[in-house]
Amino acid sequence: MLEAADLECERGGRRLFRGLSFTLGPGELLRVAGPNGSGKTSLLRMLCGLLAPSRGEVRWGGTAIGRLREDYSRQLVYLGHAPAVKDDLTPQENLAISSSLQGISFTKKAIREALERFGLGAKREEPVRRLSQGQRRRSALARLCLAESVPLWLLDEPFSALDAAGVGLLRALIDAHVRRGAMVAFTTHQDPGIEAARVIELGLAS
Amino acid sequence: MTTSVRWFWYASPQTFFPLAGQIARWSAVGAAAFAIAGLYVGFFVAPTDAQQGEAYRIIFIHVPAAWMSMFLYLVMAFWAAVGLAFNTRLSHLMARAIAPTGALFTFIALWTGSLWGKPTWGTYWVWDARLTSELILLFLYLGFMALQAAIDDPRRADRAGALLAIVGAVNVPIIYYSVQWWNTLHQGASVSLTRAPSMAAAMLTGMLLMALACWLYSIAVAMLRLRCLILERERE
Amino acid sequence: MLAIARAVVYRDLLLAARRRGDVATALLFFVIVASLFPLGIGAEPNLLRAVAPGVIWVAALLSSMLSLARLFAADYADGTLEQMLLGAAPLGAVAAAKAAAHWLVAGLPLVLIAPLIALQYDLPAALYGVLALSLLLGTPVLSLVGAIGAALILGLRGGGVLLSLLVLPLYVPILIIGAGAVEMAAAGLAPDGQLLLLGAALVLAAAFAPWAIAAALRISIE
Repeated sequence: MLEAADLECERGGRRLFRGLSFTLGPGELLRVAGPNGSGKTSLLRMLCGLLAPSRGEVRWGGTAIGRLREDYSRQLVYLGHAPAVKDDLTPQENLAISSSLQGISFTKKAIREALERFGLGAKREEPVRRLSQGQRRRSALARLCLAESVPLWLLDEPFSALDAAGVGLLRALIDAHVRRGAMVAFTTHQDPGIEAARVIELGLAS
Repeated sequence: MTTSVRWFWYASPQTFFPLAGQIARWSAVGAAAFAIAGLYVGFFVAPTDAQQGEAYRIIFIHVPAAWMSMFLYLVMAFWAAVGLAFNTRLSHLMARAIAPTGALFTFIALWTGSLWGKPTWGTYWVWDARLTSELILLFLYLGFMALQAAIDDPRRADRAGALLAIVGAVNVPIIYYSVQWWNTLHQGASVSLTRAPSMAAAMLTGMLLMALACWLYSIAVAMLRLRCLILERERE
Repeated sequence: MLAIARAVVYRDLLLAARRRGDVATALLFFVIVASLFPLGIGAEPNLLRAVAPGVIWVAALLSSMLSLARLFAADYADGTLEQMLLGAAPLGAVAAAKAAAHWLVAGLPLVLIAPLIALQYDLPAALYGVLALSLLLGTPVLSLVGAIGAALILGLRGGGVLLSLLVLPLYVPILIIGAGAVEMAAAGLAPDGQLLLLGAALVLAAAFAPWAIAAALRISIE
């Protein structure tokens, strides 16, 4: 369903990768591995549509994502390096707003449950400013609990700043989503030990 | 068929590089020729003006400079639009190459306008419609150049500048007309540099020759600057 | 799409409410700038009455620009802006919503405070209506057009000053027409023409600026 065709990435005058092609079908998990600076984040941003490749294109269901615009964005959730939460708002408010922006319907109960699942139940009405790095990251990841109907998850270094419990929780979420027949692509430079139906590994040597 | 292929062939910076050099050479020669002709007509052939004496002769530089400043902005915006639409690097480089020359002509127009004002109206600056529009046009040019200079990533710099140039170009007529209206609203002692002396044929010829000279000069300089930009960018 | 636009406006208003200090500072700036002029040019009543429309409009312009620099900066820094680009609504709608929220927080209060400044300048009370109306029509245009500039300077050094260089030339027509409306009324003429022009500018800006803001955001986020 997600198809990358002959992608080339040029950043800051350097060519990071070229001629990259792969497909990701339902129920498949894609892990993008590689050392720092090898273009993992750039690749993920190309898959989102935030970054235009210098050559090649990304297709969703056969159509170039540039042409699909919001129709494509509506079918994906992207978690980047930054937690993308507002410091001045509470995790509850953040989750409500990010879900509204994504067009995902939710109930107050669902939000509370999502935050509790990530161990933020007690902190859910405190401004994010007062949370630790790990708690912030978990507040961002809680979006995934509400995004079960979204067919594509693109996660950039999702395991960073998480403790063992958090890693386990995230692994379970990704596992369940893939088993549901959705697609997940994530980058990491450590082995998270995920078992899934199929794993495609791309080593992007710089 | 073959023509459209050739266009995109020339759109490659490397292929255009030698052509740019040739264009620059011929344009420079043409510019010099027309400038000599225009200045000769302007300073020796055109008659002395009844009201303004010899000082009016500065319009032979002022008016062509003002024309070029507006024309170059539109050309710059055109190349910017082409660059955004077709994603061609060379178009963006053209816009970048034109900007400093456009800014220079705007500055010349302002400076010569100021010099004209002193002997004619007794003051170095007059808030008349044309000079004020030229001043704002200068800010538009400087804004374009400042934005591109502030962005490190060349691709983002090209595209951000292009968007700004297009937005600016759309606003130029709006700015011009609103400044015209503002000028009439605040008409004190109707001072206006736009009311040039009634044109004798020789004066018009002189201005047109100078305008052609400025145009060819712009082409020559833009081509040279373009070659420098190509060398900087296409280091592979 | 409307639901998402409403969510964006609500979010920005909520954030502004949590940071009331920032909002107040921009408004205070408006008052301070307007109060500086008499100190600079002397307090001769006729002079002040004559310059009042222009001064108030310039102060509104500067205040609007000051708050615009922050329009997208915070969202860009913490990654929420990217999420808006990947939202379910067209980016133009989101951009328009952000500009609308900016106007509600930084433009509308100016309209309400302006009569107080006019009082300082001894502007005849009959002109308060025209002044407020011209600002009411003009400040949203400032927010919309200024947002284009704000989107272009994301993450750049010297952001605020660069923004002024980019955006002030575009503001000039609004300044001329807006202040001109009040000056026409002061001269006893009907300001209808100018007010209609401002209305037209608002309609055009509302129609086209969101598209330009969206394009600028995409260019900057890459």
